[in-house]
Amino acid sequence: MNVNSRTAEKIAKGFIWVIALTVIAVLIFIIAFILYRGLSVINWEFLTSVPRRSGRIGGIASPIVGTLSVTVLAVMIAMPFGVGTAFYLAEYTRGGIVTRIIRFCTESLAGIPSIIYGLFGFIFFVDVLGLDWSILSGGLTVAIMILPTLIRTSEEAIRSVPKTYREVSYSLGGTKWQTIRKAVVPSAIRGISNGLILSVGRCVAETAALIMTAGDELVMPRSVMDSSRTMAVHFYTLVMEGLSERNAYGTAAVLIILVFLINVVANAMINRFVAKGR
Amino acid sequence: MKKKFWKKFRDRLSGRIFFILALSTISALVVITVFIFVSGMPLIAEVGLFSFIFGMNWSPSQGQFGILPMIVGTVSVTLGAALIGIPVGICCSIFMAEFAPAKMQVIFRPAIQLLAGIPSVVYGFWGMIFIVPAISSNLGGLGMSILAGSIILGIMILPTIISISEVSIIALPRHYKEGALALGMTHWQTILRVQLPAAKSGIVAGVILGIGRAVGETMVVIMVLGNAVAMPESILDSVRTLTTNIGLEMGYASGAHQQALFATGIVLFVIIMILNITAQYITRKKVKK
Amino acid sequence: MKRLILILIIMLSLGLLSACADSGASGEKTTRVVVAGSTSVKPYVDILMEEYRFLYPHNSVSVQGGGSSAGVRAVRSGIAEIGMLSRALTADEQDLWSVEIALDGLAIIIHPDNLVNNLTIEQVRGIYTRSITNWSEVGGHDAKIHIISREEGSGTRSAFQDLVMADEFISQRAVVQNSNGAVRQLVSGNRDTIGFISLGLAEHQPGMRDVKALMLDGVAPTQENVLNGSYGLYRAFLFISAQEPTGAVRHFIDYILSDSGQEILMVEGLISVSGRISE
Repeated sequence: MNVNSRTAEKIAKGFIWVIALTVIAVLIFIIAFILYRGLSVINWEFLTSVPRRSGRIGGIASPIVGTLSVTVLAVMIAMPFGVGTAFYLAEYTRGGIVTRIIRFCTESLAGIPSIIYGLFGFIFFVDVLGLDWSILSGGLTVAIMILPTLIRTSEEAIRSVPKTYREVSYSLGGTKWQTIRKAVVPSAIRGISNGLILSVGRCVAETAALIMTAGDELVMPRSVMDSSRTMAVHFYTLVMEGLSERNAYGTAAVLIILVFLINVVANAMINRFVAKGR
Repeated sequence: MKKKFWKKFRDRLSGRIFFILALSTISALVVITVFIFVSGMPLIAEVGLFSFIFGMNWSPSQGQFGILPMIVGTVSVTLGAALIGIPVGICCSIFMAEFAPAKMQVIFRPAIQLLAGIPSVVYGFWGMIFIVPAISSNLGGLGMSILAGSIILGIMILPTIISISEVSIIALPRHYKEGALALGMTHWQTILRVQLPAAKSGIVAGVILGIGRAVGETMVVIMVLGNAVAMPESILDSVRTLTTNIGLEMGYASGAHQQALFATGIVLFVIIMILNITAQYITRKKVKK
Repeated sequence: MKRLILILIIMLSLGLLSACADSGASGEKTTRVVVAGSTSVKPYVDILMEEYRFLYPHNSVSVQGGGSSAGVRAVRSGIAEIGMLSRALTADEQDLWSVEIALDGLAIIIHPDNLVNNLTIEQVRGIYTRSITNWSEVGGHDAKIHIISREEGSGTRSAFQDLVMADEFISQRAVVQNSNGAVRQLVSGNRDTIGFISLGLAEHQPGMRDVKALMLDGVAPTQENVLNGSYGLYRAFLFISAQEPTGAVRHFIDYILSDSGQEILMVEGLISVSGRISE
């Protein structure tokens, strides 16, 4: 080990530390700013009353319910399809032309703006299937929208499981299914759940597609067939229509806290799962 | 005997189920693709592909549909975001995977996940309140510009790049790193010459997803780019991207105007496909080496 | 753990199913009126709706945004009974039934610190075609003018185009925002900008920075001046329907056109119409 490589090592290390700390600082600033302006708005009444006068006054109870139901619905629909497809791509096909076409399709669709999914959802779910503007239409649309991300991240996680794991399982006489369940899933679960959390994030955050499918209703929804505004849509409307900056900050703060809670719960669940799997 | 049968049955069944799931997913995605093309193609056929893509004027009420300024807008904003997001993102993933003390990882990882979940409209709002006025007062102009869009998108794609790259670095077999260190490489050399190349497919996947997000992002860019339809002359000029064109005008468009917006979607689709082909080509070439 | 997740999923899906069945059953009992369309009109209808729900709690009315064209599509396909439009009907929409619910003035707005108070229509046109590019040319400070416009297809833009631009066109260099609020926000934050928004939104709003509404040819943009015809910048908000409305739909439209409905719209800054019904 000569002096040069040691200096290079030090410089590189220092450089990476600086960048990482800067990123943390910027990220903390973004979150802190929204929370600082928003937390003072949040109180029990803000959380439990429905918006009034287009959101100028009143709370955000119905957008909260709308957000949660759309997200739960979308993830429940998308998860089996997305993760299943990822397993099929990673374990059952051998990099043939079909796999490549599928991957191609999913990657291209990952970049299509959500508004196009929204338009598709509007014409297909809202109109043709007659589901009207509803939480169900919104959930189905967003479910399709998050599929590419879900497939890509899950597939990557499955592929990054070392080959040796599978070989050991096969050499012990395990079937393909047993190998997947006992050898692949436990080590891929962290990556898969990372993808899931990303997808949940996209659902919670989606604006454009949901305006066109879940609708814009401020009244509390009573079933999945009712229309409801989600928090992101509500926030966007408050900001862009200039209705109430105060309530906009409040909504954004609740959104951030919600995303935080989702992450905490998801992580706790993953950790338990990983611990049990081993 | 019976046990063996069930084992086999379950194995077959699971294979079939995965196949069916994959098939239905793919058909959903194919339907959307077809939907976009069918809705947009008539206009491209009418206006002509060349004058649609290379036309300088977008003015649907006068029947002019040229999207070259928007293609330039999309490319420049994405490039700017990539210049900021990729190096910073990869550095952060190396930091998380290799350098960060355990205590910091505990904070960093959830923080990154949290940021991935924050709605893009919140980033856009933050950009409107901080980045745009900052650019306006320091560099002049209105502040709604390619620069503002690049900075905010660059930050927004960080979580995607970081979390995926980090997972693929961590998932490398231990002996890669141990072997390299045993051969007398420094930690940094190990990272640079062994771990990063080995984790390349994951990192590229993360970068592509990140760039895909930047190209496909709508709401944020509507909020900070200014959306002017003219060809930009500097990074301080306002531009419109392909997505914003769709996002801005879809709600009020009808007839040929609406078809033109779908046609914009087709162009977007093709751009992302080109991006993917390039990325796949790069990875495969390096693997062969 | 796994069993727990499974149970959770089953419970949720059962809940969904019952919810579907529930709404299917109740959907037959009451007629639900869905109003959809222009995001410019929606905030006003939202407010009307609160009052309407209070007065007639048994009539179920729901308001959706999406844009004028989404409103037309929704009415045509029967998803919505009423469409809201902030623009005139196009040639191929003439078969729809329509009624003006209110007039909306258009204010040309600038930053409050800008010294300019009055512009002629020609000057505004000059600014938006970029033949006038500096505020000093129209009596203001020495700075480049940043023009802000609305997106193609927006009712506000087409009204501005018709009433101000005549046969000239808004410069392609104009910054484009897709809502009244966004234009207002931008103008209130930058001294060199000019924009146009709904008259009602140009006035002072609690918690928001102010903007200054310009006089046009010496006439101040007020509700009275629109009504007496001296301020010419305004457009109509339309309600449309697939055919002559009856029953619950008619009831809601009648409420909006009634004195108390129009009163609410006036308070919010719109200009009342006396219910001119066009076929």
